[in-house]
Amino acid sequence: MPTEPLPPTDPLLSVRDLRVVFDLDEGQVRAVDGMSFDVAPGEVLGIVGESGCGKSVTMRAVLRLVDRPGRMAGGSLVFHRRTPAGEQPVDLATLAPRGAEMRAIRGAEIALIPQEPMAAFSPVHSVGSQIIEAIRLHDPGASKAEARNRTVELFRDVGISMPEQRVDAYSWQLSGGLRQRAMIAMALSCRPRLLIADEPTTAIDVTTQAQVLALLQDLRAKYNTAIIFITHDLGVIAQMTSRVVVMYLGRVMEQGPVDAIFHAPLHPYTRALLRSIPGLHGETRVALPVIAGSLPHPFNRPSGCPFHPRCPEATARCAQATPRLIEIQHGQQAACFLHHDAAEAETMR
Amino acid sequence: MTAPPLLEVRGLKKHFPITRGFLNRTVGQVRAVDGVDFTLAEGETLGLVGESGCGKTTAARCILRAIDPTGGEILYHTRDGRSVDLATAPAATLAGLRAEIQMVFQDPFGSLNPRMNLLDNVGEPLLVNGMKNRGERADRVAELLRLVGLRPEFMHRFPHAFSGGQRQRIGIARALATNPRLVVADEPVSALDVSVQAQVLNLLLELQARLGLTFLFVAHDLSVVRHICDRVAVMYVGRIVELAPTDRLFARPRHPYTAALMRAVPVADPRVKPGDGILRGEVPSPASPPSGCYFHPRCRHAQPRCTTEAPTLREVAAGHLSACHFAETLELAGA
Repeated sequence: MPTEPLPPTDPLLSVRDLRVVFDLDEGQVRAVDGMSFDVAPGEVLGIVGESGCGKSVTMRAVLRLVDRPGRMAGGSLVFHRRTPAGEQPVDLATLAPRGAEMRAIRGAEIALIPQEPMAAFSPVHSVGSQIIEAIRLHDPGASKAEARNRTVELFRDVGISMPEQRVDAYSWQLSGGLRQRAMIAMALSCRPRLLIADEPTTAIDVTTQAQVLALLQDLRAKYNTAIIFITHDLGVIAQMTSRVVVMYLGRVMEQGPVDAIFHAPLHPYTRALLRSIPGLHGETRVALPVIAGSLPHPFNRPSGCPFHPRCPEATARCAQATPRLIEIQHGQQAACFLHHDAAEAETMR
Repeated sequence: MTAPPLLEVRGLKKHFPITRGFLNRTVGQVRAVDGVDFTLAEGETLGLVGESGCGKTTAARCILRAIDPTGGEILYHTRDGRSVDLATAPAATLAGLRAEIQMVFQDPFGSLNPRMNLLDNVGEPLLVNGMKNRGERADRVAELLRLVGLRPEFMHRFPHAFSGGQRQRIGIARALATNPRLVVADEPVSALDVSVQAQVLNLLLELQARLGLTFLFVAHDLSVVRHICDRVAVMYVGRIVELAPTDRLFARPRHPYTAALMRAVPVADPRVKPGDGILRGEVPSPASPPSGCYFHPRCRHAQPRCTTEAPTLREVAAGHLSACHFAETLELAGA
């Protein structure tokens, strides 16, 4: 069996064969079913997929925040930690989710920008005090005044006007755009090496979204923070990311450079997804091409390739065997028999 | 458009009082909708777009009389040739018109009764409008489910058994139950995934062609609006700033706000780099809007005149209305 192709630099995060299952009374749901991907230092990786494809669960698994009835059922999450002695790889999957080491990584080295900033801030504490708390938790040496100064500085960085006053504001006093900026300030407070942005602009308006996206790009350039960008908005993916992972039912269907994904997609699912979006160009008031059928029920996973019941190019083989993710072109990988040589294809499951 | 319009909205206003203190004194007004005019011809789709808080949903709810407007006229031309002002019509008159004007909601999860099966959910408007016989209703519901691409046998199932896209189809079936002429759709696809969104947009287009429906389509997504609407009205802080046929609006916007909105939409092509000029600042509060043109603090074309004099919505090209002092001379890039 050929080995997985190695990315040019040592990845910051390397996820291999991640599995997350939910044990429910009615049966087991395989939310993430063998995900593998890498994130290089300073790169922006996009993860796209429809609701329920497992993109958010994957990120919760990386942060070791999967709660019951869900559990990690396998795989490794190798992350390169920053230590006084230099970089050190650590498999997050082996750490205790509530242990000291994981708690030191979470928030400080891997930070999350959640989708709904309204729900992420406590309404009874000022936003500033919540950020100050985070700073002092990870840097016990910092005095309150120091942490406050750092928070004001962060607010200025993320473009919040009147930062000295806004530090004492409550989240419900801020507009959606400001709240999301405050959330970004909090995520950046400990200078993380990896930022996970889970649909960070879905709840805000398009002109505010443009501001927040520009801000994230500036901050990435300034601090060389790697960003995993999760969204179902293909426009945001196209403009923000350099590499893209396309997910369907908990598996990677295709991954590659953003230009290849949009201009030379290999997997029928990627192609179908791209065709179904109305744009600001192209013919109007005509039927948009749609993906046949609908997402299968989680208890009713198709055999073989998960996409085969909806795939226009499926063959008998697609229902029997699961295609592995293999490199087709430079840096572009797809899990589809259309692109496999018959000989090396099968991993029967 | 020689036929008389189905709906004429003139000077529509909806102000919400701001109250303070123990005695609920009124200390100000939120001018959510502040003088909106448009017409809707039979069989056309008019898009109402704008950012959160621009008043698009409030305007739509006034037309449905889900809330009472503060001022203005909403003239509706009924099937039997009468003209009714929905803004002031008494409840009895409205009850007679409810069958003709229906609504599709944004949230496919919150808008169906989870304790009713589809027969009762979709059949409710029929029952209200006098179809007492359950068997008759079942026949009509079966027909409606087929119309929106669902299997008639589903009528005995409950909403939880359906996906978001299927629920939106159920919501559309319910809106169509009484053979309406005008359907007000408030963000009908914004809660759906792209692939499902395409299916629902296709369904709306197909139903319109088959049934000759008129749509008022409220949305914030410009790509969706461009795809489905004949004409588009852009709202900003309670007012329409531009109204034009869709192709002309997107080819050459005549208001800087419309152009800025178009620039802000991320293009789903990594080779197309975004134009410069991200809109700075935030949408002003409709409780204390700026002087003059409401858009002037964020407008890169603003002149001293814009800070003092409020522009009126006027025709600047055939069928193309804009509320910008410089609509005739500005060269704005479209999408």
